[in-house]
Formats: sequence, structure tokens, C-alpha cells
Amino acid sequence: MVEFTLPQNSVVKKGKTFKAAGATNIRNFEVYRWNPDAGENPRIDTYEIDMDHCGPMVLDAILKIKNEIDSGLTFRRSCREGVCGSCAMNINGKNTLACTKAIADYKGTVKIFPLPHMAVVKDLVADMSHFFEQYTSIKPWLTNDAEPPADAERLQSRDERAKLDGLYECVLCACCSTSCPSYWWNSDKYLGPAVLLQAYRWLADSRDTNDQERLDELNESFKLYRCHTIMNCTDTCPKGLNPAKAIAEIKKQLVQRDHS
Amino acid sequence: MSANRPLSPHLQVYRLPLTGLISITHRMTGVLLSMGLLLFVYVLLAIAAGESTYLDMQAFMSFWLFKLVYWGFVYALFFHLCHGIRHLIWDVGKTFDRATMNRYALIELGCSAILTFAAFLLF
Repeated sequence: MVEFTLPQNSVVKKGKTFKAAGATNIRNFEVYRWNPDAGENPRIDTYEIDMDHCGPMVLDAILKIKNEIDSGLTFRRSCREGVCGSCAMNINGKNTLACTKAIADYKGTVKIFPLPHMAVVKDLVADMSHFFEQYTSIKPWLTNDAEPPADAERLQSRDERAKLDGLYECVLCACCSTSCPSYWWNSDKYLGPAVLLQAYRWLADSRDTNDQERLDELNESFKLYRCHTIMNCTDTCPKGLNPAKAIAEIKKQLVQRDHS
Repeated sequence: MSANRPLSPHLQVYRLPLTGLISITHRMTGVLLSMGLLLFVYVLLAIAAGESTYLDMQAFMSFWLFKLVYWGFVYALFFHLCHGIRHLIWDVGKTFDRATMNRYALIELGCSAILTFAAFLLF
């Protein structure tokens, strides 16, 4: 449902400021905080970071806060090189991976929020269960009724394999889905760009023979057609992929199948 | 699972890219055009009702505020048209490239401004 304002319990208050004593090269980091045990509204804490003793990426600054300033700060991270998708968050108004985003790309204060319009578990950790349930719903695995060759893989031509480029690289960080206003208002029914890009990844796979069923499953006014080509998804994808185009390809396949 | 989990900020913090701003403007101009149609019907009714009502309408519409509304309507119409054409191009699966996204958005804005200006010169 479209709701422009935040519910009462989600309105963000001003929090504490942590000074960096003795530092000369300082950048301010404003970070969204919410503690489930405190019974209070979320707040923004400000951390002064000594840039002379901090790594180059936004994730380095967040780790520095946790290690040296405020160990309570909670966030997800793992690979620190953009392949796990764990550290997706909203940095200065745009969703991206904290590990592959350089602090130098920003001017002034760096403002860090959890992925937008998600239930917050703690601080920068959003509840991803619904997102992954939606991913499961598109059956993200290869379906082929024919027996595979006895002593070989199911082979693809170079051209067939090339069709998966720009699709297989997705790390399911949910930056795109949580940047999408349609997903904000209708995530209960709309699958969102990340899951639809994955749906297209299996439609485009020459080894998968389940296209008709996959298309039937998607051919529904909410699951697929809540995409209004707003393009926030493509704009924000930290891997440089194009979910909006993938969604358009699904729509095209449906039209070609049902109206030609 | 705590039911009291807050909703993370969305519109409050998200910096919409140009394409996102154009998309929401497309929505808004759609609504405004629907409302503007009422004004359009009023004009048609005034024409149908005869000379005196027509002259009243003309006087009414010549008031600067309504002139502004009128030209706003014309711009909204052309903007909505241009973005509608963009949607048609999208529907055939073209112009999705990340590199040209903003260029097409600027072309839309430019065209709608030029069309409005051309209408201004013509009428």
C-alpha cells in the first residue's frame, strides 16, 4: 500500500555524537541505529572518523566504528569484494554495497541507512526473509525433463551461454528491489527487480525447458506488471546489471507467446 | 520475531535518479490531465450553450491564474505524451542501457518544452 510517511515507531530521532579526539583529517559518518531491546525509536548517531587511520571503502569506516568506537553497531558483511551481497545498504540516498563503494566518491558527511522500506532487525540489518521467499517462488534451479547425456554435462553453444551474461552475475543483494517504489508499496505481491531478473535468468537458459510454466507463473498483474519502468533498479545496481531490461524481456516474451 | 520492528526510511532518504523523478512526474501529470479535462469539458459546454456563456467563459479563462493553469495543462499534456512514447520504445525492449538512460530522459524534457513553446507560438 502506498504510504509516504513512516509509521510512528519508525520515525528517526537524533542520536549521539562520537568525537574523534586528536584527529586532524576527519569525516563525519551518520549511521541509522535501532536496538530491539531498548524500546525506543530509531536514531541517527554521528561518528567522527579519523581518515588518516581508516581504509578507503565505506565498509572500512563501518568496521572501524565497530572495532574502535561502538561495538554495538550491527551490520552484515562477509566477502568485502562485492560477491556476497551482504553489506547492501543505503549510502547517501542510493543503495549500494558498502565494500565496493569508496568513501572518496562522496563529499562531506556520509549518511548510512538500512535498505529502504524494510523491517529492521537491528541497526543496518534488514529482514530479508520475504525477499528470499519470493526468490524461492520463481524456482531458481534448472528444470529439464530430458535425461542428461550419460557422460557429459548439458552443453551450450557460445551464443547460448552469452545470453546469461548480465544475469548470472547478480548476487541477490536486494539493492535494486529496495530502491523500487513499486516494490516499496506492493512488495507483498510484486516480485521486484532482483527476483524478476533471476526469473529471466532461467527463461534465458537454453538448458532449461520449463519456459511455458515459468511464464504462466509470472503472467499476473502484480507479480510482474507492477514494474512501471521507473529505472531506479538499473540506476542503483552495484554490479552494473540491468533488471529493468530483464523485466522488459519477460514482458516481451509473454506478448510474443500470447498475442502473435 | 519482534512485531515492533521499525520500517526503514524510504522516500525520506532515497535520492531519486532523473528517470525516477520523470516517472513520478508522469504519474502526477496523468492525474492533473484528468482533472484538467473537467475544465476542457466546461469550455466545450460554454461553446455549446451560446454566445453569452461563451463570452463569460472567455473572460473567466483570461484571468492570469487560469491562463497559468491552461499553459500548465498544455505542458503536462506534452510531457505525458513524450514519456508515453518513451514507454512505447521501452515496451519493444530498447533504450534500457545504463549509459543512455539520462540522455533519453533529457530528450523527453527538451521535447516537451519545445512542443509547449511551439504551441504557444501557434496559438
